[in-house]
Amino acid sequence: MISGRTLAQGANCESKMSEDFFKAASSCHLSKEDYDLLGLSDGKNILLKNEFGKTVLSPRVDDGLRKGIVFVPMGPWANILIGPDTGGCGTPQFKGVEIDIEATNSPIMDIRELFGSVQRAEA
Amino acid sequence: MMVEDAICSFCGCLCDDINVEVEENNVKRVRHACRLGSSKIMGHERIRSPMVRKDGELKEVSYQQAYERAAEILLAASKPLLYGWASTVCEAQKKGILLAEEVGGVLDSTATVCHGPSVIGIEEKGLPGATLGQVKNRADTIVFWGCNPAEAHPRHSLRYSSNACGRFTPEGRSAKRIIVVDVRETRTSKNADKQVIIQPGTDYEVISALRMLVAGKGDVVPDEVGGVAKKELASLAQMLLAAKFGAVFFGLGITHSRGRYKNIDNALSLVADLNSHTKFVIMPMRGHYNVGGIGQVLAWSSGYPMSVDFTRQAPYFNPGETAACDLLAKADTDAALIIAADPASNFPRKIVEELAKMPIIQIDPYENPTTLLADVVIPSAIAGVEAEGTAYRMDGLALRMRKLVNSSYPSDEEILDGILECVRSLRSAMRMQGGA
Repeated sequence: MISGRTLAQGANCESKMSEDFFKAASSCHLSKEDYDLLGLSDGKNILLKNEFGKTVLSPRVDDGLRKGIVFVPMGPWANILIGPDTGGCGTPQFKGVEIDIEATNSPIMDIRELFGSVQRAEA
Repeated sequence: MMVEDAICSFCGCLCDDINVEVEENNVKRVRHACRLGSSKIMGHERIRSPMVRKDGELKEVSYQQAYERAAEILLAASKPLLYGWASTVCEAQKKGILLAEEVGGVLDSTATVCHGPSVIGIEEKGLPGATLGQVKNRADTIVFWGCNPAEAHPRHSLRYSSNACGRFTPEGRSAKRIIVVDVRETRTSKNADKQVIIQPGTDYEVISALRMLVAGKGDVVPDEVGGVAKKELASLAQMLLAAKFGAVFFGLGITHSRGRYKNIDNALSLVADLNSHTKFVIMPMRGHYNVGGIGQVLAWSSGYPMSVDFTRQAPYFNPGETAACDLLAKADTDAALIIAADPASNFPRKIVEELAKMPIIQIDPYENPTTLLADVVIPSAIAGVEAEGTAYRMDGLALRMRKLVNSSYPSDEEILDGILECVRSLRSAMRMQGGA
């Protein structure tokens, strides 16, 4: 998996609580070949998981991607799958992350649900 | 009223030809800006009032009450993290450094989850750089490596690089050779003369192969490197050598991948090698409009460009130890002031979970996931739209951002001043109590 900027994600990155940001950042782009292989018919979502967590996203065919590579717009949905290790340079590895993918009927969490489970300590 | 030639405060291009139509102190229309810049200048729904969390809920308070609570949190912490700084002006950054010194904290910028590896690579090797004006006027060969300006810096190609018409490049795109190296086809690669698709995480190997080919040592290069045939790499090396003035622009595709700062180190060496044959320059595609500025302000204030620890007698810098993600991952910080950034969205989830465990002060015009975790929320004027100040373009050129509309919100600089004042009076009250 690689994560990064898209026009729609960037245009809504200062309105992250909006529906537009949700649409822009909770998707997973993949090749037509992978899309067909996973049987992602209309309405089915895609589950991405690895040792750091799992996230459900909406699949989008992207002809620019080769088989075996998926692209997720940068943001809180993608970052569930990013490890905390910085390799001694301060920067986590946001790209080239190994993940497993499968089709799912589970819904996509909205931004408030996504952070609802984060435990906050009372100051 | 039309504000002409305003500067856009979205990305590191700092486009300075934006026309903004203002009616009754509201932005009505934005001309010349890309979709990203236009969205930024037009604005979104704002945080209405300062807030402090009580019994688990954010409750509206006055600015003074919010400053006082922020000062209490910062002074109670043994090593607060002051993070963000990329989407605000240098004057606010300067105040932030003063605050970090006063409270004994670590100041880090969003560069550490962005071009931090570039900063480290440049420290190792130096930067054969240029201004974007030089690239526009002279470059006949442009390489975009691991970046997609068509989506991240949409006007870069037209104003400065592939499609720009300059003094010695009057024919624009038709007389230039454009090369894109990436792990995928992008909107940027659709405009390329040559596209090289590499396997993810092989930038270092591919750059090393190109260095060998440029040095005339192609015999040591294997038949395939990073999924690319040697023949294709040889043709790419020939294109680079044939340039009269070449420019490499690189993005997070290379800084965020396996190898990180070593990739940049190697890319800088490739450009240094090319300069034995022709003229070549290289530049990181900086994302937030003033992420370059915080690097500059920190460097002239402390000697270091990011991740600066002010808890010791002298500034200390050791990314991997003092960078925001490392501090949080190792629970080596106990409070956070977040300004002009949204780490809850942009940090790895495991690190966000660590961040949430400590008191958080947020200074931002907009609600975002960091607000959901914050204990003190202080809404600010939008720097570059509602507050003036200085910003550094991706090539290091300092530009003055004008105020386009008036705002009832205080600027980042005024907010930091307010917190600083409370820190000083609270500390002197604590000293007096201690003395008594």
